[in-house]
Amino acid sequence: MTIKGKAYVAGAFEHPTRNAPDKSVAQLHAECAKGALEDAGLSKDDVDGYFCAGDAPGMGPLSLVDYLNLRLRHVDSTETGGSSYLVHVAHAAEAIALGKCSVALITLAGRPKSEGMATGTAPRQGNPAQPDLQFEFPYGPTVVNMYAMCAMRHMYQYGTTSEQLAWIKVAASQHAQHNPNAVLRDVVSVKDVIESPIVASPLHRLDCCVISDGGGALVVVAPEVMKNLNRPRVKIIGAGEAPKGQFGGDVDLTFSGASWSGPRAFAEAGVKPADIRYASIYDSFTITVLMQIEDLGFCAKGEGGRFVADGNLISGVGKLPFNTDGGGLCNNHPANRGGMTKVIEAVRQLRGEAHPAVQVKDCALALAQGTGGVLGSRHGSATLILERE
Amino acid sequence: MSIRKLPAPEANPETSPYWEAAKKGVLLLRRCTACGRAHHYPRALCPFCFSDRLEWQAASGKGSIYSFSVMQRAPVPYAIAYVTLEEGPTMLTNIVDCDFASLRIGMTVRLVFKPAEGGAALPMFTPD
Ligand SMILES: [Zn+2]
Repeated sequence: MTIKGKAYVAGAFEHPTRNAPDKSVAQLHAECAKGALEDAGLSKDDVDGYFCAGDAPGMGPLSLVDYLNLRLRHVDSTETGGSSYLVHVAHAAEAIALGKCSVALITLAGRPKSEGMATGTAPRQGNPAQPDLQFEFPYGPTVVNMYAMCAMRHMYQYGTTSEQLAWIKVAASQHAQHNPNAVLRDVVSVKDVIESPIVASPLHRLDCCVISDGGGALVVVAPEVMKNLNRPRVKIIGAGEAPKGQFGGDVDLTFSGASWSGPRAFAEAGVKPADIRYASIYDSFTITVLMQIEDLGFCAKGEGGRFVADGNLISGVGKLPFNTDGGGLCNNHPANRGGMTKVIEAVRQLRGEAHPAVQVKDCALALAQGTGGVLGSRHGSATLILERE
Repeated sequence: MSIRKLPAPEANPETSPYWEAAKKGVLLLRRCTACGRAHHYPRALCPFCFSDRLEWQAASGKGSIYSFSVMQRAPVPYAIAYVTLEEGPTMLTNIVDCDFASLRIGMTVRLVFKPAEGGAALPMFTPD
């Protein structure tokens, strides 16, 4: 049993807003849903499956299903942080393959910018029943310092440098200059990144992603639905997912869950890392990209620093064009969850609808990779491989 | 210099022996008598073999820094760290009473306790 070729991404929409004090979160979800359905050439009444994660207000999918007034036969609210939406694409393909739905809608939206959330720098209080909380929260874990410890360990173990990490931001900024909706459109240099203030050592302000309002949506459909749609055919050919934690105290910060989800996706798709023409790689921080690139097999473990340096991730320049929309590092990180926009830009590339300045020529095979939660403690990883048919 | 306020850990029946011992200056580890391995954070069932035959064991308090990060963008900067204990498990903690610029991975550290809100004590480490 495989999902290879069992479903297509027919609709993709990224909300153009990056700051939405005048809109509600539910409204943003609805606007994204409408945008993705229009992109696919489908209507609200065609939707029979709905997927959302923890950014959806209400109990699981229930409030938004009601708000959107959907009549469904399948729902899934799998929550693995920012990687949820890649998991949803895979789960939608599974549900479609089993005949449980034929038009699956996936939405994401949030307003961390206009709500003034200190996304990365304030320790987040959680539910006291969460078993790890009492052993971690008192020590001041934030998003950024928990990723920073991965970077610190990577530098110690493999000799990775701040300059090498900075190249990841440089590449994202080279792409973002062509995106009129991007939060940060100025091209930055390695020097700009390493001279920006340290937030949590060794990560600088410019090693971090943006904070933005907005959202996105995807429509995943069965082959019999796709054949009646007038859109380029983006086929789902492989998917993998893997959560990773602290292993009962055998903590290892040198790899991410992508080292498991990646090989699963490649095996299902029957392709190799060298076959991939474009990659969307989750970029909450520069170190997130570096570790996932290694774990997915684009280079050997520990070689990530050398691999990303000198523009190797810049479209038209390097061997692995990544995040050609500017990614979370420069373009958009709606609801503090970058997985949705990773899939959307991969779909644009496969359709030939990326900005001409960053469009990869003959882009027939793309990968989208997400992580969610916190890389330095516990996170989800999801890998998707998509093919232009 | 302002002092960083440490929030109280919220103990429950599964974990209260750990926090009660901390108040007395003892860091407890959970060791499984079925598979022999120690783990952290402490659980009622061994995370390696699911046995419920577990003992509390006092840690020596010796360890080394596995990784760390100095949180600069905070009202009072602090160092978060993973410390690998002599007994095996690696735990999230803070490194305190030191010059943060001198911290290095691999540095040996020893256990200290710092008072948290509500009368609790938090196990932390300082360079040896
Ligand atoms: Zn055991």
